[in-house]
Amino acid sequence: MGGKLDIKLIEEEKINWEKKCVNPILEKMGERESEFSTSSINNVSRVYTPEDIKNLEYLDDLNFPGQYPFTRGIRPTGYRGQLWTHRLVSGAMGGKESNKILKNLLAHGETGLNPVFDPPTLNVRDSDEEISQSQVGINGTAIDTLIDMENLFDGIDIEKVSVSLIAPHPFLFPMYIAMAENRGVKLHKLRGTIQNDCINNSHSCNWFRMAPLPLRMKVHGDAVEFATKYLPSWNPLSIVGYHIREGGATAAQEIGFTLADGIAYVKDFIERGMDVDSFAPRLSFFFSCETDFLEEVAKFRAARRVWAKIMKNRFHAKEERSLLLRYHVQTAGNSLLAQQPLNNIIRTTIQALAAVLGGCNSLHTNSYDEAFAAPTPEAALIALRTQQIIAHESGVANTVDPLGGSYCIEAFTDELERKSFEIIEQVDKRGGAVKAWKWIQDSYLSAAYEKQKRIENNKEVVVGLNAFTLDEQEDQELNLFEIDPDFEEKQIAFLSEIKRKRDQKSVERALNEITHITEKGMNTMSPMVEAYKALATLGEVRRAWERGANVAV
Amino acid sequence: MKKNIRILLAKPGLDGHLRGINVLAKALMDAGMEVVYLGVDLTPNEIAQAAVEEGADIIGLSIHAGGAATLFSKVKSALSEQGGDNIPILVGGIITPKEKPKLREMGVVEIFGPGSRLQSIIRCINETVQHAGL
Repeated sequence: MGGKLDIKLIEEEKINWEKKCVNPILEKMGERESEFSTSSINNVSRVYTPEDIKNLEYLDDLNFPGQYPFTRGIRPTGYRGQLWTHRLVSGAMGGKESNKILKNLLAHGETGLNPVFDPPTLNVRDSDEEISQSQVGINGTAIDTLIDMENLFDGIDIEKVSVSLIAPHPFLFPMYIAMAENRGVKLHKLRGTIQNDCINNSHSCNWFRMAPLPLRMKVHGDAVEFATKYLPSWNPLSIVGYHIREGGATAAQEIGFTLADGIAYVKDFIERGMDVDSFAPRLSFFFSCETDFLEEVAKFRAARRVWAKIMKNRFHAKEERSLLLRYHVQTAGNSLLAQQPLNNIIRTTIQALAAVLGGCNSLHTNSYDEAFAAPTPEAALIALRTQQIIAHESGVANTVDPLGGSYCIEAFTDELERKSFEIIEQVDKRGGAVKAWKWIQDSYLSAAYEKQKRIENNKEVVVGLNAFTLDEQEDQELNLFEIDPDFEEKQIAFLSEIKRKRDQKSVERALNEITHITEKGMNTMSPMVEAYKALATLGEVRRAWERGANVAV
Repeated sequence: MKKNIRILLAKPGLDGHLRGINVLAKALMDAGMEVVYLGVDLTPNEIAQAAVEEGADIIGLSIHAGGAATLFSKVKSALSEQGGDNIPILVGGIITPKEKPKLREMGVVEIFGPGSRLQSIIRCINETVQHAGL
């Protein structure tokens, strides 16, 4: 990077500058803090110069967009060719109600769908189970049977729009396939993602927590194997960093732990006998974006470089597509405040801009009212418009990686790369992410606790929370999204009607087949597709799999 | 010797948002309390039963996935049925302004929404337990 710059001269001049210019000011008025830091970088420098990146080699460390190690992005033309996918988390109540929400967003310029499901569906439970009480259709769509899935996508051209299913488990994937097949859509035309990340869910949310992790790895891997064969444009696993960050991790921990989870999957699939280049191009990732702008931009650039190096040097992937870190970003939910909630629009804008300057492939922007409830249509529209303003008005999408080469951004990128490799090494020492998930959880929980203490001790300013506050009476009141209070009852009635009308014998046959195939250790996706077509419920399919996998429930 | 406060922490239902309750558990232990941490995936009955069996002085419940008022009130009724009516309850998480009066009506001691300070929660627990003379 140095080129003709005389680093030695710069070093000398910096010392002179400090003596002559900086010190007199420090003596007079000091600085706001004795030390400035980001979540992962202590002692942020007063100013960054070529000296800080003197070891950077342009062609080895940055290179051009679309070239190894992909620091500047995975596509040669960046957003000049194609913008990132504007994809908003959406869904509430049943398939029919959520369908309206999806269509409304598409009509306003959303370019990909991101259906989210209610807590029972996320946990592979039916609406009529005791544990599901009072949570049916809340904060996401209730899906019990194929009919709900068909209602959700009614009138939506699933060959044209990419659909990212926010489900931490693989059980909704065969239901989506059943829906597509019933419509006569060829599987190879389906574009989308299913999250399907069980390692993350062990240490973060604990969704679908009933089976031990090694058993879950098998059924999650079934979805990956199936997609590799029949759905070449589908991402059957989205390795999640978002929940790690939301759980309190630093930026370096977010990428370190997420990529360590990624390594565990790659190892597992190779052990299953899959060729690394058969599945690696379809692995996708999901990160958060917080408000500390420069660190976030650097984080994404570092993550791309680290993953490319891992896939090349550790797993010897041969195809270039296997080295690419493709990822979705959601702005940071935990940064949304209930206090002065309209300020959340500003937070989301800063985060979204950082995500775009970091080079995300797909983006969700949070709505300002989400510290209270799922968003109203009005709030969700502002969130979508935020992306459109960045895309079409700000100009940042017109040149690739515009912050590349900034002394500070490159120094931060290097530092985050170094730290995430250290974290990956620590996970390796503990036997990899599947074994070390508890340690991973404890590590970022400690970071969350430390951050909370800093906020309470006013070491970190949060506008509207520990500074610049308003009395509760002065604060803005919002109109909030509410679901039909009778929805749960209606959904349970709908489900029991389906159960009453379906051909019970075919359901039982199909469920037994799942158990049988699971016992034999074969791929479970096809029998699950058939069971859903016979109108077996999500919960029944899970239990049939559990019987076969010998899960003690 | 003064007995340590014994608090039971749980998330009723299937909500997986754990940061708040996990950080709180750490802070309460640092404040010298005994924390019975039940975690997630629990029905209101299971929580009430555990609170009574464990002899909890106070209960902390958290929900971020919606439906807070209904689930919390189910825990409260289950407690009455199982003889734990006198155990005070604190709640936290995502709670809408409309749910707040309902929760106060059912006797929830305090509601800690987003942005609450650990120190205020600890103070509230100490005062509540002291006041109840437990």
